[in-house]
Amino acid sequence: MESSEVFKLIESNYPDALKSTDLEGTEQSVTIDANSIVDVCNYLKTESELQFTSLMCLSGVDYEDKMEVVYHLHSLLHNHRVTLKVELSREDPKLPTVTTVWKAADWHEREAYDMYGIVFDGHPDLRRILLPDDWEGFPLRKDHVVAEEYRGWTIRKIKDGFE
Amino acid sequence: MPDLKTEEMVVQMGPQHPATHGVLRLEITTDGEIVKKIDPHIGYLHRCFEKHCEVLNYHQIIPFVDRCDYLAAMNNEHGYVMAVEKLLDIELPPRVEYIRVIMSELNRIASHLVALGTFGLDIGAITPFLFTFRDREKILDLFEMTSGARLLYNYIWIGGVAFDLPNGFVEKCFEFIDYFLPKLKEYDDLLSYNKIFIARTAKVAIIPPAVAIEWGITGPNLRASGVDWDLRRDEPYSIYDKFDWDVIVADGRVGVLGDSWSRYYVRVLEMEQSANIVKQALEGLPSDENVKSAVPRKVKTKEGSVFFRSENPRGELGFYIISDGSDIPHRLKMRSPAFCNLSAISDIGEGLLISDLVALLGSIDIVLGEIDR
Repeated sequence: MESSEVFKLIESNYPDALKSTDLEGTEQSVTIDANSIVDVCNYLKTESELQFTSLMCLSGVDYEDKMEVVYHLHSLLHNHRVTLKVELSREDPKLPTVTTVWKAADWHEREAYDMYGIVFDGHPDLRRILLPDDWEGFPLRKDHVVAEEYRGWTIRKIKDGFE
Repeated sequence: MPDLKTEEMVVQMGPQHPATHGVLRLEITTDGEIVKKIDPHIGYLHRCFEKHCEVLNYHQIIPFVDRCDYLAAMNNEHGYVMAVEKLLDIELPPRVEYIRVIMSELNRIASHLVALGTFGLDIGAITPFLFTFRDREKILDLFEMTSGARLLYNYIWIGGVAFDLPNGFVEKCFEFIDYFLPKLKEYDDLLSYNKIFIARTAKVAIIPPAVAIEWGITGPNLRASGVDWDLRRDEPYSIYDKFDWDVIVADGRVGVLGDSWSRYYVRVLEMEQSANIVKQALEGLPSDENVKSAVPRKVKTKEGSVFFRSENPRGELGFYIISDGSDIPHRLKMRSPAFCNLSAISDIGEGLLISDLVALLGSIDIVLGEIDR
């Protein structure tokens, strides 16, 4: 099934959840309201003609004025894929977890929390995954400033944008 | 003696432990010999790959991609450059595609050889490790001949490859294939059908297909659970649709579907298929063309995003690139296959014996470099 048809199905079943669709760019995607993401995901996974059984990727993105969580879903049975996005505020990035839908989301969400500070409500074990537990700040945020010292080690400054 | 309970004990397996294939720490809660709970701690090898990508231009990222999965650097480069090429309008010379496929498949064999050798090593078979490394060496010789490097190549470039194949490469590669294919029988005799090996791996740490899909397990591990899925066939990229080869799916001929032995044996058979692809690619290799004719001096990508995945020896390697139109990515996320494969370990490993946990870990073939990035 084409992405646009999937978007139409989402629109007819969850008219309030759908915020916008992007059919123009290099990648077709749909933006979902944060509060409905679990319902929409459950629907996409269980509906017999969709069956998006695998979560290929879950990524956090920082756009200086907003944050985004991007879900790339794929159906092994029908061999189609779809891209969902959820927009979040930078001040309080918070959305419900989808670990209840796909277990694969577990570590991906922990990574997004680790790198961007996005809080996934209801995640069974939301803590840092790649960075040490006592690390301060969320390094993949565009405005992250590297601390000058960590556990007594001096962190060397790297000039921005080296060529 | 079901009522007999011992006191639970927490065992730290790793970070420096031969069975963890690098620096991984598994915090295991044990009840006697039985694993009650696993809490994996990763990140010891974290090198801020994704943060680096946000200050480097597209060409400069290639060496970093190499270092993510250092056992399959060619496959990583191939996946990455194809993702970037999706954002560019580039027509590749056919010779480039052939060279890329040859390199990727050779690297797949080399990577599987390490996987098989070290898996044997983990559960006590030392000799096969020496045999697989003997053969891997010959592949590394071929890579050294073409790119000058033996582990991290920086060979596949956006729009082309760094060098054309050197004189004598095709003959030497044919020679290797002819040498290598009979060796598969040797591995079978030494390890695959070894009685002790079967006792240690068959019916051990079974991953049912539904569980594998739920956790996002991909690649040989998914096919070992009986799911017939390979990106090279089902979402063909590069020129894989031109070759005649089979997707290997486990049939549970020893033990059951989805056990450690299946995961091992899928890799053995996959090496044979890869060798076949290399052979066909060598036969069909178009004659001399400039392999660097399409390499852009400055990569100016379209504004937008792309998610592209390719079949890496460990599973599906995805790159999610968001471009703002400049020569530096706004965001680059790497969906590393071993990261997803390993995340399932706390679910699958529960209730196993400690020694079987080692078999599970060895058979899912992790590379910490790409898990931690």
